[in-house]
Amino acid sequence: MKKTMHAMVGVVLSFFVVGAVSAGDVASLRGASDLTTKAVKTKKAKLEKVSGGFERTWAEQPPMVPHEVDKYRISIKNNGCLKCHGAKTYEKEKSPKVGDSHFLTRDDKRLEKVSSRRWFCTQCHAPQMSLTPLVSNTFETVGRSK
Amino acid sequence: MSMDRRSFIKTNAVAAAAATAGVTIPGVAMAKDGMDKDNIRWDKAACRFCGTGCSVLVGTKEGRVVATQGDPDAPVNKGLNCIKGYFLSKIMYGKDRLTQPLLRKKNGKYDKEGEFTPVSWDEAFDTMAEKWKDALKKDPTHVGMFGSGQWTLWEGYASSKLMKAGFRSNNLDPNARHCMASAVGAFMRGFGIDEPMGCYDDLEHADVFVLWGANMAEMHPILWSRLTDTRLTKKDCEVHVLSTYEHRSFELADNGMVFEPQTDLAIANYIANYIIQNKAYNKEFVDAHCNFKKTPLDIGYGLRPEHPLEKAKTGKGGKLSGITFEEYAKSVEPYTLAHASKLSGVPKKKLERLAKVYADPSKKVSSYWTMGMNQHTRGVWMNGLVYNIHLLMGKISEPGNSPFSLTGQPSACGTAREVGTFAHRLPADLVVKKKPHRDFAEQVWKLPEGTIPAKPGYHAVKQNRMLKDGKLNAYWVMCNNNAQAAANFNEETYPGYRNPANFITVSDPYPTVSAMAADLILPTAMWIEKEGAYGNAERRTQFWRQQVQAPGESKSDMWQLMEFAKRFQIEEVWPAELLAKKPEYAGQSLYQVLYENGQVNAYPVEEVKDSEGNVYDNDESKHFGYYVQKGMFEEYRMFNSADNIIKKGHEMAPFQKYHEARGMRWPVIDGKETLWRFREGYDPHVKKGAGVQFYGKPDGKANIITAPYEPAAESPDKEFDMWLSTGRVLEHWHSGSMTRRVPELYKAVPDAVIYMHPKDAKKRKLRRGKFAKVISRRGEIMARVETKGRNKPPEGLIFVPWFDAGRLINKVTLDATDPLSKETDYKKCAVKVVKA
Repeated sequence: MKKTMHAMVGVVLSFFVVGAVSAGDVASLRGASDLTTKAVKTKKAKLEKVSGGFERTWAEQPPMVPHEVDKYRISIKNNGCLKCHGAKTYEKEKSPKVGDSHFLTRDDKRLEKVSSRRWFCTQCHAPQMSLTPLVSNTFETVGRSK
Repeated sequence: MSMDRRSFIKTNAVAAAAATAGVTIPGVAMAKDGMDKDNIRWDKAACRFCGTGCSVLVGTKEGRVVATQGDPDAPVNKGLNCIKGYFLSKIMYGKDRLTQPLLRKKNGKYDKEGEFTPVSWDEAFDTMAEKWKDALKKDPTHVGMFGSGQWTLWEGYASSKLMKAGFRSNNLDPNARHCMASAVGAFMRGFGIDEPMGCYDDLEHADVFVLWGANMAEMHPILWSRLTDTRLTKKDCEVHVLSTYEHRSFELADNGMVFEPQTDLAIANYIANYIIQNKAYNKEFVDAHCNFKKTPLDIGYGLRPEHPLEKAKTGKGGKLSGITFEEYAKSVEPYTLAHASKLSGVPKKKLERLAKVYADPSKKVSSYWTMGMNQHTRGVWMNGLVYNIHLLMGKISEPGNSPFSLTGQPSACGTAREVGTFAHRLPADLVVKKKPHRDFAEQVWKLPEGTIPAKPGYHAVKQNRMLKDGKLNAYWVMCNNNAQAAANFNEETYPGYRNPANFITVSDPYPTVSAMAADLILPTAMWIEKEGAYGNAERRTQFWRQQVQAPGESKSDMWQLMEFAKRFQIEEVWPAELLAKKPEYAGQSLYQVLYENGQVNAYPVEEVKDSEGNVYDNDESKHFGYYVQKGMFEEYRMFNSADNIIKKGHEMAPFQKYHEARGMRWPVIDGKETLWRFREGYDPHVKKGAGVQFYGKPDGKANIITAPYEPAAESPDKEFDMWLSTGRVLEHWHSGSMTRRVPELYKAVPDAVIYMHPKDAKKRKLRRGKFAKVISRRGEIMARVETKGRNKPPEGLIFVPWFDAGRLINKVTLDATDPLSKETDYKKCAVKVVKA
């Protein structure tokens, strides 16, 4: 079998290896690290900041977040994300507006503000660390008409 | 209705795109079933991940999935998915998909110490069958299988039949043992029938939500979205959250409570005591519908028998004995507000606020729980204590009043619980130890009396112990990654898998940690590469059609189970005296006896079509020459829907109905699903005029079972001075074998970290972002310290998720279980954290 592990980033610490068995040409997400070694040490990654945002890899994919989010809190009363991405603020803040689907209730009623079923933005949208994937992914979308 | 929604989205999408600053938001019309104008075929499927059971629309073109999205017509999720649900499109396309069987070989032949070498299916199964035959010669208990709450219904059903009737070994257990065996135990003790009485509609009906050891915001995101919607739009709605550390669900909490591990037992008893002391209980309901019971105490911790804690125990098991209401009231009397607050560390005001909402007859309360309560050495007790509260108040089996045990896996209910893949169970809540139940199963399966062994098999934790001890020698792990999941990897799992006396097979789409610990790896078709069915936490059974073909030589679990059965002559697995009762089976293969029995093979291959006429593959039917999934499901229905069934209440609709619906919640009677069980007007099984009838019990009454607070198996001490709790994160599913191969999910949460309190870090000279070691009596791992993340533990506790194969936290965890449910407590053991 072709070895397909890409860059297993960082250093693998070599500890004692008792009862370790050779795997041949196949590897888990531990990479070259045997199951009995203590842990895989990985490189510290930085947040990926992309001006203009990440491209979607297919049309209905929720967009990933191209900036820091730590300072934006969401609670019962406040939503830090909507301060820039909300219907009333996005133009002033030059931010993408939340998707129009977000203004619909569970029963398809259209609201003026973001539906509370979509209140916690982090359920679908996450920032990205600047890392090479452990293994590549061969998913491909196709061209779509508008 | 949904057409409005679609056209709305279609017309507004372009405007939205125009309004963005640099982000492309294409104006693509919302999909509907069938073929769209880009020749993408859209069809429904149940999500591959958690027990919520969302539906997704899968877009395929030219044999590949090109897009997925939330299914707008699904009642569960109404067009929404969580982040990993949205990325389902990519889970099958990790570059390292296994495409050939891999056998450990040295010098051209199988060798336990050899290297993984590509082999044909024939060589793989020949080698495996030889090992199984050797083990069977010792005794059928020397073979076993570890299955899954992620198996499709029919794969679980086929495995149950293969192991229990074919190989005559009850050593079949699902990974659901780790996840909701405690919930099952409590349902059977309390109600005599498994699975929740309520349904997700409670999320719109309740006034108050209480989370008991469930971080719904991350683990059941779509249910959390429904709960959030209700909290933010319904006047006076409240959310109470109980946990041993602060997590994302606290963002919505009106009353967030962080308690000392294990003291949830005391908190629940305090609430019951409060209700009684204030005479708030519903006397009429309790008198008419409840019995009071007590359970043996000091029952140990499910460790190996020689462990000092097991030697020290004074009680055993869970045999219930009747008590009076007064005796019950007295048993909870010690749990005063002061006592519960002192034990748990939760301020009195917060506990009292919680007790009051339960005790207020005008408030509809829904309680939700998952692993915090199930993965608990007193998990069955704890589940029961919450039912006690609901039963005392009569707040059960009606919209909004709902004690609700959530499940972690997509078919923990459907496959693990309903079709009988537990070591003690048969389909539809029947159990191996009852002769009438075995007789019934043997009749349905056309097998001679005495085929199914009466003794329950090895449960999950015991399987690993028996592998290590060399008493279980031929072992098949399917559709799960137990080497990364099971506690105490160093002392039990790994020595068991690598024991020279054993032959371990792992079936998986990817090279997991379990696969690497095995002797034979079988490449496996996953999710929509086969026709499937899952049963979610609200009793909803959902089907999907095969959307694409599996890569290379990958085969579904179903194909593997049935093909493996072909390698055994019935004479090789059954004793002569058993075969003598059915001499017509002589000379047949196990496959013929089990699957070509005139029932499973009763339905000819048919063209699988959707309502718009699109045609779908069905690789298993094509291979075996009959509609395999339909045959399995219809035979299974003989356990839950035939006229002569032993236990009513699990009725299901005919096969084809599920392909036409967005799932149906059982019992399905006359084509109608049941939303709330045990209450007249909702559940057709309740006798007219009874009002409420807990018909799982012969007298129609539920059990209120008293149980006290007892300490955890291992608590922090001077050397191992912190609690370790483990669990999941939103972005990854279980051991991460699928989600860590999706670039966006990997980059969102690349590695497991040690969530800890800043003061604890400072005390140990640890810095945020630097590596530290987590060490227990059993092993250690290394991970980075996080003091500001989404989880905020109190001082004295750390949380480490288990999705990361690079740092196996199960080397650290303790294999203590609830002695009743045999479910591991992954939430409590003692560790120290030091600089790496």
